[in-house]
This record gives sequence, C-alpha cells and structure tokens, in this order.
Amino acid sequence: MTEPRFEHPPEEAAISYLADGHSLRSWFLTTDHKRIALLYLVSITFFFLIGASAAALIRLDLLTPQADLLTNEGYNRAFSIHGIVMVWFFLIPAIPNVLGNFLVPIMIGARDLAFPRLNLLSWYIYIFSGLLTLYVVVSGGVDTGWTFYTPLSSAYANGAVVATIVAVFISGFSTILTGINFIVTIHKLRAPGMTWGRLPLFIWSHYATSIIFVLATPVLAVTLLLVAAERLIGIGVFDPRLGGDPLLFQHLFWFYSHPAVYIMILPALGVISELITAAAHKRIFGYWFVAIASIAIAVIGFMVWGHHMFVSGQSVYASAVFSFLSIAVAVPSAIKVYNWTATLYKADIAIDAPLLFALSFIGLFVAGGLTGLMLAMLAIDVHVTDTYFVVAHFHYIMVGGSVTAFFGGLHFWWPKITGRLYNETLGRIAAVLILVGFNVTFFPQFLLGYEGMPRRYHVYPPEFQVLHVISSMGAALLAVGYALPAIYLIASLLPGGRRAPANPWGATGLEWTTSSPPPKDNFTEQPVVARQPYDYPLAHPASRDDG
Amino acid sequence: MSAGIELWPPQASHHAEQVDLLIGSFGAMVWLLTLPVFVLMTWFTIRYRRSHQVNRQHAPTHNLWVELGWSVIPFLLTLGFYVWATMLFFDIHRPPPDAMTIHVVAKQWMWKYQHPEGAREINDLHVPAGEPVELVMTSEDVIHSFFVPGLRIKQDLVPGRYTSLWFNASRPGRYALRCAEFCGTDHSVMGGNLIVLQPQDYAAWLSRSADGGLDGTLAETGATLFRQMGCSGCHAAASPVRAPALGGIFGRPVALSDGRTVIADEQYLSDAILLPNKEIAAGYPSIMPTYGNVLTAEQVNALVAYLKSTHAAQDSK
Ligand code: HEC
Ligand code: HEM
Ligand SMILES: [Cu+2]
Ligand SMILES: [Cu+2]
Repeated sequence: MTEPRFEHPPEEAAISYLADGHSLRSWFLTTDHKRIALLYLVSITFFFLIGASAAALIRLDLLTPQADLLTNEGYNRAFSIHGIVMVWFFLIPAIPNVLGNFLVPIMIGARDLAFPRLNLLSWYIYIFSGLLTLYVVVSGGVDTGWTFYTPLSSAYANGAVVATIVAVFISGFSTILTGINFIVTIHKLRAPGMTWGRLPLFIWSHYATSIIFVLATPVLAVTLLLVAAERLIGIGVFDPRLGGDPLLFQHLFWFYSHPAVYIMILPALGVISELITAAAHKRIFGYWFVAIASIAIAVIGFMVWGHHMFVSGQSVYASAVFSFLSIAVAVPSAIKVYNWTATLYKADIAIDAPLLFALSFIGLFVAGGLTGLMLAMLAIDVHVTDTYFVVAHFHYIMVGGSVTAFFGGLHFWWPKITGRLYNETLGRIAAVLILVGFNVTFFPQFLLGYEGMPRRYHVYPPEFQVLHVISSMGAALLAVGYALPAIYLIASLLPGGRRAPANPWGATGLEWTTSSPPPKDNFTEQPVVARQPYDYPLAHPASRDDG
Repeated sequence: MSAGIELWPPQASHHAEQVDLLIGSFGAMVWLLTLPVFVLMTWFTIRYRRSHQVNRQHAPTHNLWVELGWSVIPFLLTLGFYVWATMLFFDIHRPPPDAMTIHVVAKQWMWKYQHPEGAREINDLHVPAGEPVELVMTSEDVIHSFFVPGLRIKQDLVPGRYTSLWFNASRPGRYALRCAEFCGTDHSVMGGNLIVLQPQDYAAWLSRSADGGLDGTLAETGATLFRQMGCSGCHAAASPVRAPALGGIFGRPVALSDGRTVIADEQYLSDAILLPNKEIAAGYPSIMPTYGNVLTAEQVNALVAYLKSTHAAQDSK
C-alpha cells in the first residue's frame, strides 16, 4: 500500500484483470481483490449447493408427517449442517467477500484493499475451515443445530461436534481479517475528494458490517472453544452437572449471533441503496439518515441478544428491557425502507432485473422485519418462539432479504465483474420466479408456527401436512428460480457473449468510470472525486423510450 | 385422522384469547403502516418508469421533518403494544397464591409429572379446569421446552435450575403438548396431551391414580429421602454436626457467608443440595457434601417439597 499507486501511464490502455495471467498460480496466489472476489464467488456457490442439498432433504422428508427418507438422527444432522453451512460458509461471506471484495476498493478509488495478502489469506482460511466442515459431513455429521445449545452440545450430542466447532472457530479468523481489511481500507485509501459524506451507501454498510465482524466474532470463538473444552476435558462452564450454567452459553452465543444476523443483512441494505438509485437515476432521499442508520443498527444490534431467550428462564425484567431495545432496533431499518420508497418519487426508473430484485427485497425484508417486531413482543414470542414462525421470520430476512439482494447485486455488477451482458428477459423472469417461489415456501410457515408446529421436528401431527406440502412445492419453484441465473449468467461468459460497455446502466459511482472488466489496478488514472454520490440530474426534461 | 388444515389453534384459556387479540390488533396496525409503502412503491415505479413522460421537477432530496415523522410515529404506536404485551407476559410469571403446584421433570425424551397429592404420570398431564395450576419444572439432562399451543405458553426446562409458569385452563378438553427446544434424537416425538378435566372429574382421576399404589405424597417421599440420604445426620436437632436447622426454612431470608441475604426459594434449596458451595449459610462450615451426582431431579423435588412442608420447630441450635 506504500508503493506508487498507478504504474500504467494513462495513455497506455491497461489490460483487464481477467486477462492478466491465465495460469492456476495467477489465480491461487493472486493478491488482486477482484480475483479473490471471484475465488470467493465460486466457493460460496459450492457451499450454497451443499446447504441447499440438505434443505432439499429436509423439505422432501417433511412432505409427510412420518419419517420417510431419513431417521430422526439423520434429519437432525441434515438441518444442523444446513444451518451451519448456510450461515457461516454461504451467507456471512456472500455479499462482503464477493461484492464487497470486488467493489470496496473500486468504489472509493483505491487500487486494492489495504492488505492484499491478508485478503488472500482470509480466503485460504475460509477454504480450510470449509473443507473441515465437509469432513464433518462425510464423517457422519453433527446434530446440535447451528446454535450448539449446551449441555446438549457439550455433553449429550454424538457426532463430530468438536470438529464442527473447530471449523466455525477457524472460519471466524477469515471474517475478522476481512473486517480489519475493510475498516483500514475505508479509512486510509479513499481517493482525493472522497470525503465521508461522498461515500456510496454500499461503503457505509460495509463499514458497519466490518465493525461487527471485528467486535462480535471473537466472542463466538471463545464461546465455542469453551464448549469444545467442556466436551473434551470436562471443565465445568456450561454443564450444570459440572457446576456450570447452560444459560451462560445462550447469553454468549446470542451476544455474537444477534449481531451476526446484522452481518448478514447490513451489506444487503448497502446493495439495495445502490440498485435503487441506479435504477431510479436519482439521488437517494435522505443520504445521511440511510448512512447513519447502518451504524445505528450495528450499535443497537449489540444490545438486543436477550430477545432470543424470553422463555429460557432469564429474568422477566431483563426480558422487558430486551424487548424494548429490539423494538428500537427496528427503527433504523424502517427508516431505510421509507427512504428507498421516497427515492422512487419523481424518479426516472429503468425496470430491469436489478430493480425487480431490489423491490422484491424491500417487500420480503419488510415482512421479515415486521414479524421480527411481533417476536419482540413478549407475550407473542412466548407462543411462537421455537416454532415455524421464527423459521419463517429469519428466512424472510436472510433468504428473502439477503440472498435476493445478493442476486440483485450480482446482476447489477455482473457486466462490471465479467465484462459481459446477460439475457435481460431471463433475468426478469428469474427475479419474479424467486419472489413467488420464496413466498410459497415460507409464508405457510408463519401459519404453521402460530398453529403450534415446533421447529426442528422430523415427525409432526397430521393436521400440519397441507401447509408443509405447499411449502415443499414452493421450495421446488424456488430451486428453479435460483438455477435459472446460474444458466444464463454462465452462458454470458461463453465466447460470443455480448460485451458490456463501461457503464451499461448509466449509473454514477467510480466503479462505472473504469472499463468493464476493470484493469488490474482498477483505474488507469488516479480518480479524483468532486461530487456527491448519486449525483444524477434531478429532473429529466426529456424521457427516453427504451429501458 | 383428519388431515385437514387447522387454521387456528384452539383457545384453551383466557390468556390464549388475549394473545390472539394482541397479535390480531398489532398485525392490523402493522398492515396500516406498511400498506402505504407497498402501494407507493408500486405506483411510483409504474408512474415514473423511464418510458413515461411526466413531471419530474423539484424532486426532494431530503426532509428532516418527514424523516422524524416516519421514525417516531410508528415507534410510539408500537410502544403502546409493547406495554400491552409486557403486561400479559408478566401475568404468566406471577402465579396467584392459591395455585396448585405440579412438579415437572423432563428428560430425553419424556415428561414426568408429580401432583401435589403424590400422583404421578408420564407425558399426559391431567389438570382441573378453571383452577390456577403452577408448574415448577426442571430437567434431568438437556434443555427442553414445555409448549401447549392451546394455552399460548411455553417455558424452557433447564437442568440445574427451576423454572415455572402457570395457567388457568378454562375449557375442558385434550390439548397437544410438545417439546419446543431441540433436545436430541427424538425431540420431535417428545410430546403428550394436556387433559383438562372438570374439577370433580379431576378429583375422581386423582383418587383412581392414588389407588394405583404410588408412594405417598411428594413431601412424604422427601421425608424418607431426608433420612435415607443422611441429611438428618447433620441437620437434625440432635446432631453433633454444626449444620443449620431446616424446619420452616422455605420462604425465609437466609444470611450467607459472603454478606448477602437471600430468600430460600425452590431454586435456593435445590442449589443448596446440588451445589452446596455456591452459597454458604453464614456461620457454618462448608462441609455439606455435593449431592449433584447422587440424587435424581425427582428426588431433589421431593426433598424440596419436604422442606417446604416443614415448620419452624423449637429445635434452634
Ligand atoms: C455433613 C453434614 C451435612 C449433610 C450430610 C447434609 N448437610 Fe445440608 N448443610 C450442612 C451445613 C454445614 C450447611 C451450612 C453451610 C452451607 O450452606 O453449605 C448445610 C446447608 C444446607 C442447606 C441450606 C440451609 C441454609 O440455612 O442456608 C440446605 C437446604 C441443606 N443443607 C439441605 C440438605 C439436604 C437436603 C441434605 C441431604 C440430601 C443435606 N443438607 C445433607 C451440612 C450437611
Ligand atoms: C427488524 C428488526 C428485527 C427484530 C425486531 C427481530 C426480532 C427477532 C426476535 C425477537 C427473534 C427471536 C425469536 C425467538 O427465537 O423467539 C429473532 C430471531 C431471529 N432473527 Fe430476527 N429480528 C430482526 C431482524 C433480523 C435480521 C435483520 C435478521 C437476519 C439477517 C434476523 C435473523 C434472525 C434469526 C436467524 C433468528 C433465529 C435464530 C434462531 O433461533 O435460530 N432478524 N428475531
Ligand atoms: Cu436477534
Ligand atoms: Cu425437545
């Protein structure tokens, strides 16, 4: 980060980062943040497939009230591995390590992240921990759920609990390294003129995410180590037979895991702000409110963990306070939604696939957030906690929200990342399919939960079957929706795929000022920023007649 | 078995009706606040689509009052519901003094109940209708959760701790009872029924099960254990060992060696038996042995029930 920034003299057309070396070595030992982003893209896709296969098993088995495909033990292993892989090996790295890795330096006009080699190391750590998780799967699995509640995990569960814990523990280092890298980069490597008030909202949300990465992950690491130590050598921390306290585990776990749910959504909120403004060709309404809301979510998010413990035996007064704070944390999220809607007012909107993904995101995120608000209400939570209502709530936010935003972002920046244009019609069809498939899958689960269907049930009372069957059919539709982009995005890479111009959307933002795909050093000339972000002409006297 | 859709869980208590009313009205308010967002989002997208020529002059970029309005007003409205929900929640944690107490012990993967008169049952729980029932619960192994959808209540059972909840089931009938906290292999089959009987039917049921030859009341079982387990060797008035007298200890303040004073409730008593070094009564040597690996949760329950049934005797030492 100290050597002169740009080696290529401006007049010499720089070759793209994709063309700069074709050997395996040039990929696996690269320190280029853009290539590392692609390494991550391929690896999280792989883990997504593993997690999705487990989900398919679960949904198939739930087609009937009895056990058909799996034993009880097998079912428990399926949902445990589903949760563990989806949370730590897909969703947490998805947006930050793919889109964030690619875009954070470019958006602020830097040549790379502050610590390029650390960035590569973080990918290797991630892969190593991921492989360990795969070893757990093939060696028989684990049946603690992704929450590892004690004393079940520390004394009673069989299966590869310690190996799983070590895998999650190691993956935490990858997360922490990414967080440090982003924070330092955003502080130190902004282009001349890129003041804090000119940062794209994508950067603000990644900044907030990085703070949580760095502050929360160590707590999880220590907690999981204690579980492993209790299992291996019987130190008494969580097991009451050894003088420990099982609730201590829940406090520590949720102190990390509630902020972790914001790790999964904050980057998505950043993506949506970019998609909405680019499609609307308009300045974001209330820039500062949206920016500060990210930081507020990160900060208040550290104070609400007890809302996962309302029926655990925690003091009722503590519960009342956690309930109040959980309602407060919904405010900054609501602010963002209102501001996005206001941004569309008097805008100049291109209804392309990225916008469709963004609007789906808003709808699903609102549904997830409002049911979160219901869960924060004590008397309601007592009834629906640990039921399918909670399952639906967090899937609306994590899948309906974050995964949809990831897909939207992937479509929006695909031309920049690959230099190719995908088939826009198929893109719109995929967006609609995913929206419909998602709702058919998860909406019935709200009803199931309120009717009293507990989560993590392999066999269930027959009166719940109809809703479960609808949910499984929705899942099949959703799978088609997710498979479709894989097809046309990959097709766009084939020889003969349409080339993307530098700025296919007519968007502002430094990433659109450089070529598609960008040169190895991102820019041929050091960019200088003189304007606010989203500096679109406010009013369009004329309108164009195509999208 | 009919496999139709059950669209709403039965309401077995007044509390269940209250919870339904709460979620219904909160749901309605939430819709009122959200509908404008969805409608405007769609309308703006269609009206301001790029191919459509409309007036786009003077688009606002920010407005402090609007921002404050849409943050503060929904928040205040939600706070109203917060107060309501919290009061309902406090209700289910404050049992009326005349509630009958049933002890519940969970273990992988079954429920065990002990009625105050000594009757025991497994998985199915019989209770009288229209009378407050308090469940004092613990677990022998991992965490479980007692969930009766028809009552809209749920409470975790934690090993090494007592938790409780109470209810007043007003409508006789059979209601599903399920374990809601993942507890290992057979979690999904750890269930039973809550059978709510008319009080006279309950009394009849009780006398039938008492005839079943189960041993005495819970407190009597505890009294036997108190001798068998050697507690009386130290705690009896005549004992040479210096140990506190336990008659009538329940509900009384106890001075601890670290200067604190606590009320001797179920939690305190069971801790004193299972983890005697956690809290030590002031003025006594910490020689009480740990019973954590010796007694089952049910035996601890019985001992606690016995201690609750004793009265302050003349035997101060
Ligand atoms: C070796 C003697 C000894 C035996 C046996 C013993 N205790 Fe204790 N116990 C003590 C002493 C001494 C204390 C006070 C110090 C302390 O709190 O640990 C005590 C404290 C207690 C207390 C707390 C009383 C208070 O005033 O705070 C309870 C309850 C109790 N014991 C119950 C039992 C029960 C039930 C048993 C049998 C299962 C039992 N003890 C067996 C010696 C004994
Ligand atoms: C709008 C603000 C939100 C509120 C008020 C809220 C509230 C809650 C509450 C009260 C619970 C506990 C439910 C229970 O277990 O009984 C919960 C669970 C959960 N929430 Fe949220 N939530 C919000 C946003 C989010 C976000 C943004 C995410 C993720 C991106 C998320 C993911 C989860 C997950 C994963 C769980 C369940 C964890 C588990 O038990 O496995 N929530 N939420
Ligand atoms: Cu939470
Ligand atoms: Cu269970």
